[in-house]
Amino acid sequence: MRASTLSRSALAPKLVGAGSLIGFLVVVELLIRIGAINRFIVPPPSEIVGSFYRIVTQEHVFSRFVMTAWECFITGAMITIFGIAGGLLLHRFELLRRATETWVAALAAAPIVLAYPLFMVLFGRNALTIIMIGFVAALPPVILKTLEGIAGTRRVLINVGRSLNLTPMQQFWKIQLPAALPVIFTGVRLGLIFALINVVGVEFLINYGGLGQLINDLAERYDLAGTYAAICFVILVSVLFYMFLEKAERWLRPVD
Amino acid sequence: MAATGRLTHKAGASPIGAVTLLRIAIVVAMLIVWETLSRSGWLYRDVIPSLLTIAKALADLFTQRGFYFDLGVTAAEIAAALAIGGGFGLLAGLLLGANRFLSKAFESYLYYLGPTPKIIFFPVMIMWFGVGPESKVALGTLSCFFPAALSVAAGMRQIDKVLIRVSKSFRANTWQTVMKIYLPAMRHPIINGVRLGFGVALIGTLLAETKLSNKGIGFQIINAYSTFDMPRMYAMLVVLFVLAIGVNALIGRLGGLSSIRRV
Repeated sequence: MRASTLSRSALAPKLVGAGSLIGFLVVVELLIRIGAINRFIVPPPSEIVGSFYRIVTQEHVFSRFVMTAWECFITGAMITIFGIAGGLLLHRFELLRRATETWVAALAAAPIVLAYPLFMVLFGRNALTIIMIGFVAALPPVILKTLEGIAGTRRVLINVGRSLNLTPMQQFWKIQLPAALPVIFTGVRLGLIFALINVVGVEFLINYGGLGQLINDLAERYDLAGTYAAICFVILVSVLFYMFLEKAERWLRPVD
Repeated sequence: MAATGRLTHKAGASPIGAVTLLRIAIVVAMLIVWETLSRSGWLYRDVIPSLLTIAKALADLFTQRGFYFDLGVTAAEIAAALAIGGGFGLLAGLLLGANRFLSKAFESYLYYLGPTPKIIFFPVMIMWFGVGPESKVALGTLSCFFPAALSVAAGMRQIDKVLIRVSKSFRANTWQTVMKIYLPAMRHPIINGVRLGFGVALIGTLLAETKLSNKGIGFQIINAYSTFDMPRMYAMLVVLFVLAIGVNALIGRLGGLSSIRRV
C-alpha cells in the first residue's frame, strides 16, 4: 500500500524541489523590487537571466569554455595514464606499496591548490600551471582506486585464468584489468571532479584562461548581474559534467 | 575497519625494517635531487632554494610574532567556518536523513552542488560581507556545508533500524531519540563529515585570503610570492601542509578511537 502511494507520487518531491527553488528566486526578486535587498549587492534574478545572453554573445563564453574543457581534458588524460601506471606499479611491488600508500593517501587529503603560487614560480602564469595543479591534486584518487581495483579481483576469476594456463601478461590483460575497470573508473571520475574544481579555481585566482577568469573579469568590472550569471553558468557546466560522468560510470559497471 | 587495520599491521610487522629503509631512501633521494637542482643553476636563482635556506626561513618564521598573529587569524576563520557551516550542515543532514520526501526533493541539488568550485563565489561574498575576515569565513562556511550535510544525511539512513525500534519501544520522545540514538549511532559519519568539511573549509578560507585580504597565512603566502621571497613562501607552505595533514589525521584518529571503544 505504502509502495503504491510512493510510486504514484514519485514526481511530487522533484516538483517540490524545483518549485521551492523557483519560489525562492521569485521572493528574492520581489524583495529587491520593494527595496528590502539592495540591488547593488544582489541583482534581481530577472536581470541575471537577462545578462546570460549578453555574456554568451559578448564575453567569448564558447572559446573560454573550450579552453577550460581542454585544460580539464589534458589533466584527465594525464591522471588516467600516470594514475593507473602508478597504481599498477604499487600493486606490482608490494614493498613500495607498503612504504608509500599512506603517503599517497595523505597527499589526497592535502590542500594542494594552496601551493598555486609555487606552481606559478615553477611553470609561469599560463595554462601549464593550471594543468599541473589539477594533475597533482587529482592524481592520488586514481592511484588509490587502481590499487584497490586490482587487489580486489575476485579469487574465482584469477583461478579461471590459472586453470586456462594464462601467462602473467594474459592474466593481467584478460582478467585483472577488465575486472578492475569499474573501480578504476570511479577513481578517474573522482580525479576529473578534483581536476575541474582546481582548474576553474586556479583560473579565477591567477586571472588566466577560461571560465574562471571570466568571473574574475566581470567581478573586477563590477558587472554584478554578469558575475552572477557567469557563476551560474560555471555551476551549470560542472553539474552537467558530473551527471555525465555518473551516467558513464553506471554504463561501465557490470550488471550484478 | 578496525579489524582490517590490525590485520595489515600484523602482516607488515615482519619486514618493517625494509619498509622503513625504503621510506628513508625515498626521502633522502628526494632531498638530494632538490639540493642538486638548487645548486645546478639550471633554474632561475631562488626558484628552488637550497634546503638550508628553507630551514633558516622556517626557523625565522617561528621566531616572528607576526607569524603567530596571522596563524591565529587564519585558524579563527577556519574554526568559525567549520562551526557555522558544520552546524548548518548537521541540521540539514538530519532533516534530509529523517525525511524521505525532503531528501528526494532537495538532496540531489546538494549532491551536485557539493563538488563545484566554491572559490568562484568569492566576488559575491566580498559584496555581501566586505573585504575583511567575514568574507573568508563565509566562503569557508559555504565550502564546509555540503560535505557535512551529505555525510550526515547518508549516515542517518545507515543507522541500524533495531536501535530506532528500541527507542520507540522505550517511548523516547523526539529529542531523546536524537540525543540518545541518532547522534551516538552517527558518530562516524559526523566525524567524517567534519574531517571532509575541515579540508574544504581550509582550502576555501586560505584561497580567499590569497585573493584579497590584508592578514592571515594566505595573505602572507601571496605576499611572499609577490616580493619573490621564495624561502619564506616555501617555509609557510611547509607549515601549512604539515598542519593541514596533521589536523586531518587527528580528526580521523578521533573517529577510529571511538570505534575501538565501542567494540
